[in-house]
Amino acid sequence: MTARALTDLAAGPKTKEAVDAFFAGRSFPIVEGPAITFVWRGEAEAVHLKHWVFGLPSSQQLARVEGTDVWHLTLELPPESRVEYKLEVVRGGHGEWIQDPLNPNLARDPFGANSVAHGTGYQVPEWTRKDPKAAPGRIDEITTDSAVFGRRKSLVYVPARFRRTRRYPLLIVHDGHDYLRYASLGSVLDNLIGRLEIPDMVVAMTSSPDRLVEYASDERHARFLAEDLVPHLERLFPLDAQPKARCLMGASFGAVASLSAAWRRPGFYGRLLLQSGSFAFTDIGDRNHRGPLFDPIVAFINKFRAEPMAVAERVFVSCGMYESLIYENRSLVPMLQSTGMDVRYVEARDGHNWENWRDRLREGLSWLFPGPLLLVYE
Amino acid sequence: MTAPVVLLGPQNGDPDVGRVLREHGVEGRVALVNAGWQEREPDDAALVAALGLPVVNLRLHARAEEVFAADPPLVAAYHARQELLRHLQDFYRVRLDYIDDAARAISVRLVEPELLEQEWTVSVDLFRQLDRDHLERCTAIHASFDDRWRLGEREVIARHRRELAALIHASAALVIAGGHVASLLNRLKLFDVVALAAERPIVAWSAGAMLLTERIVLFHDHPPYGKAIAQVLDAGFGLAPGLVVLPDPVRRIRMDDRLGIARFAQRMAPSTCVAMGQGSRIVIEQGRLTRAAADRLAATGDVERGWAG
Repeated sequence: MTARALTDLAAGPKTKEAVDAFFAGRSFPIVEGPAITFVWRGEAEAVHLKHWVFGLPSSQQLARVEGTDVWHLTLELPPESRVEYKLEVVRGGHGEWIQDPLNPNLARDPFGANSVAHGTGYQVPEWTRKDPKAAPGRIDEITTDSAVFGRRKSLVYVPARFRRTRRYPLLIVHDGHDYLRYASLGSVLDNLIGRLEIPDMVVAMTSSPDRLVEYASDERHARFLAEDLVPHLERLFPLDAQPKARCLMGASFGAVASLSAAWRRPGFYGRLLLQSGSFAFTDIGDRNHRGPLFDPIVAFINKFRAEPMAVAERVFVSCGMYESLIYENRSLVPMLQSTGMDVRYVEARDGHNWENWRDRLREGLSWLFPGPLLLVYE
Repeated sequence: MTAPVVLLGPQNGDPDVGRVLREHGVEGRVALVNAGWQEREPDDAALVAALGLPVVNLRLHARAEEVFAADPPLVAAYHARQELLRHLQDFYRVRLDYIDDAARAISVRLVEPELLEQEWTVSVDLFRQLDRDHLERCTAIHASFDDRWRLGEREVIARHRRELAALIHASAALVIAGGHVASLLNRLKLFDVVALAAERPIVAWSAGAMLLTERIVLFHDHPPYGKAIAQVLDAGFGLAPGLVVLPDPVRRIRMDDRLGIARFAQRMAPSTCVAMGQGSRIVIEQGRLTRAAADRLAATGDVERGWAG
């Protein structure tokens, strides 16, 4: 399969002018219905598409249009898909990973930025963008003295209409600084609160200096949350202390941290929002193919699978279909449901990345904490 | 009551409430209820300007806070009642979901259309039965609470009611703004404000208009997740009988969804469902609708634009 435009290029004259004309006024990658064509121009020994779509070969070679310096690869991408990728350009036997210079769409994460390809129908949700009509909340920085971790800084989102006379639900976000930076969490909260889709809430954004250990089902982390952070926040802010008003949220290892902290303190948190959780498990033995960092997670998930128990009232789970973790997440959902917890599971044609997690926040948060939308008629 | 009750559409764009008051001959000071804005109750400058008349803000939200601070046994019972009502609303919603699921499952069966039509009638009856039962339970809870706590005899409430009576009796009309419909309803009931208005014109919009009907129906066709199923919240004051008021249709109703509109109107029958956008108006005099300019949602799924009553 080749993009129509490239077929025309290949069939026509291979002059520099013809190639320049091909690139002029066109956006890349080229989306033609379900077909998406990645294009790179330049001299190289080879060019590869590097992406993170589980189920497809993670490295695919671009073909050269004979007689030109144009390289291309066409994939079939289901509607509303979102794929992050880089190009590997091989010169002198050495491959260099680069962002697609023809594609201005970038998704940032703690490791840098990837190019992003949107399948037909995908649009960045408007509620993730800063809306001048939504009153912005403020972000405070707090320091919590912890018996297990010493002094830990967190950021706290305080809604624009915060009043001391009210009681607020509490959302604790693992990797909160990254959610703010890469998943537009501040704007999302401002917008959803402003549109009455979620109630005013206090949101604590935590981060760990050693997340791969502390988030991997570590009792010290559960203790930090329940015995240090929550009581500290309850002293600082007028919080509703009922379990139904407390939520843990996280993505990847952060989702594991959320589930395991709730499992270690059943009934303390009433709500969980788990995104692309690294819920690795084994059906036989305890050796997993993901490496030793996952060993404590496998032990925890195996234990949970052996004896599923209700750890909260409502659990929202989301995962991208293009993630390798889709199997683990799909496997977890019936286990969670079997406990009687109210579970909502959502999949998206997306990968293990911050924009996938951002795009699911509206549904997750408004399901866990319905706002007064249905009650307010101004 | 002989004085008119006037229902309007939202006033946050191009307000017409000032013109409406003048057309109904209201002169002098009006009493304003904007307790639906909750803590923003004092932020009434734009509203006062739109009214174009002297205004006394009745401060019902603030007065309720004073009552709650002064009467701990009452506030405990009040919160318990509200918690119970919230649970009932939640359970009612769960049941609505099941009836809706069943109706949808049946509607796609490959059988004669006449049979599907009959089955839809059964589903409508189930919705209506559930709505009726929910309304009766809510009404019973309020009645039991009122019997037990005799609000008018409690010192702080009685004092506020006296003050409010004086303010309202010295006003030419009662104006009820929109906002949080449950909060507004509770505060109007707490201070018995609608009864205090007696023979004065009442002009209300959005949430204010909804609670002057017999049934307050919550709706939104674009929820952030899940299905859009309308639900009865509670009984209103019944000053606009036979109507279900649906404010702000542009934002809240899929007017091109013929099937959805038909189902909703059939469920709410014999009440007339009126979508009230900006500029809409309904006038009730002596309990009868005497003038209307709104959009009626018909049981056929049609929307009768500019319905005149």
